[in-house]
Amino acid sequence: MQNLSFDIAHLLAGTMLVLSFLLLYQDRVTAVLNVFALQAIALALSVAWQSIAQNAPHLIVTALVALVVKGFIIPAALHRIVRRLEIHREIEQVIGGGPTMLTGLGLVALSILLVQPVGESAGTIVREDLAFALAVVLLGLLMMITRRNAVTQIVGFMSLENGLVLAATGAKGMPLVVEFSVAFSILIAFIVFGVFIFRIRERFDTVDVSALDTFRGERRDHT
Amino acid sequence: MALILDLILQGVQMVLVVAIAPLVLGITRKVKARLLARIGPPVIQPYRDIWKLMHKEAVLAHNASWLYRTAPYCIFAVTWVAAALIPTYATNLLFSWSADLIALVALLGTARFALALAGMDVGTSFGGIGSSREMMIASLAEPAMLLIVFTVALVAGTTQLSAVATLFSTASIGLRVSLGLALFALVFVGIAENARIPIDNPATHLELTMVHEAMVLEYSGRHLAMIEAAAALKLVLYFSLIACLFFPFGMATGDKGGGALALGLAAYLAKIGVLAALLPIAETSVAKMRVFRYPIFLGGAFAAAALAVFLLFVSRGF
Repeated sequence: MQNLSFDIAHLLAGTMLVLSFLLLYQDRVTAVLNVFALQAIALALSVAWQSIAQNAPHLIVTALVALVVKGFIIPAALHRIVRRLEIHREIEQVIGGGPTMLTGLGLVALSILLVQPVGESAGTIVREDLAFALAVVLLGLLMMITRRNAVTQIVGFMSLENGLVLAATGAKGMPLVVEFSVAFSILIAFIVFGVFIFRIRERFDTVDVSALDTFRGERRDHT
Repeated sequence: MALILDLILQGVQMVLVVAIAPLVLGITRKVKARLLARIGPPVIQPYRDIWKLMHKEAVLAHNASWLYRTAPYCIFAVTWVAAALIPTYATNLLFSWSADLIALVALLGTARFALALAGMDVGTSFGGIGSSREMMIASLAEPAMLLIVFTVALVAGTTQLSAVATLFSTASIGLRVSLGLALFALVFVGIAENARIPIDNPATHLELTMVHEAMVLEYSGRHLAMIEAAAALKLVLYFSLIACLFFPFGMATGDKGGGALALGLAAYLAKIGVLAALLPIAETSVAKMRVFRYPIFLGGAFAAAALAVFLLFVSRGF
């Protein structure tokens, strides 16, 4: 039983990491949003499994919040934004698909190496969840750095937050208050982002953030 | 007596892979034709093709060297050895000790090396393009393949295929994300290595994007027959590898009784049949890729295989 419980936790957390890589790999905006929704659902399943395995019923609420807010509401809203901005057909030029993947693999190795000594005293399951969570956070950061489209950068930020929730649940759960405040700050951040995207679009006729560089006074030679 | 029996069992395996190779190719072509709403050639057509080519005159270019003439036999022999090493219907055969995954990768690499050299030997531009692209694909596919080998070896504790298959079919190894990722990567590598869509189109002879066909464009007669047979064998090799590593159920692992062997044989043929039907379905649902997108396709396989190794390290420590 102990073994099976570990295997399922491993499977779900591993799926999240794989989906993070899939996010880096996709170059279509709608595909990125779908993968993000899948990752949120995987997170919800993972948290729900932790709540059963750790016998912590309050984690079910966390799972529900993740499922409803990040699995359905935010992806649906982002889909709507993408349609309204008419960028759903665009193929984004990912900066160096190969190097990005290699960097991502390096980050995963780094997070495993970092967590290894920390988790010695804790159980395998905690160590594993921490390593996966750190990797998901770092991959989210990597996605924010390498993407140029504002919408996919938001997805990177949200997937980073998925990693944070995974880390918090792995470490014997977190207080419900913290979970709710995180969830609401994510929602508010999302609203701010949404307004921001439309402002960028209104001003520059594009959501490619490299357009902001010229406005800031950098890269003037390119234009 | 026991030795003779062992030899016979090993011999059956060696003959089996060669005997079914053209049939498997025929099945994939038939299924593909049906999916494209064509009737398609009968499934035994590859046997007839090879038979016909065997009896045709082999035309050689003026400047073809000995290498050009010997390469087809070398490729066929090496591929046959590699295909015969993979446990198909039973494990622990007489030569199973030599069925090492790393040796298998090396054998395939040797065959590829010979084919690429032969492609450049006559000095035509098509052969050169084919060889250069084949080497590009190989340089991307081989690291991924080796990482798959590492994944399997880390789970099983050995790189010997027979022992791996026995372990996977008998012991419970739980839900392993790593093995799923390794399967995914192996399918990608197999598609690239066997020159199937989306990497290469096996059905075309005159296209600027072809890889395998470009290398063998100058071959004819019995040389071409050898190369075609080797290509069919390679497909069976990858099918057998997938079946042996990831779906090892039904194999005769312990005693070599008649019932267990018959069951193993039936299970093997069924597994190969299913894979031969799945491949054309996957092929017809995607479009051929541009050459410059190969690194992304195979990079995905590499990333999956590398992730598989990393995940194993997390779950069991160093």
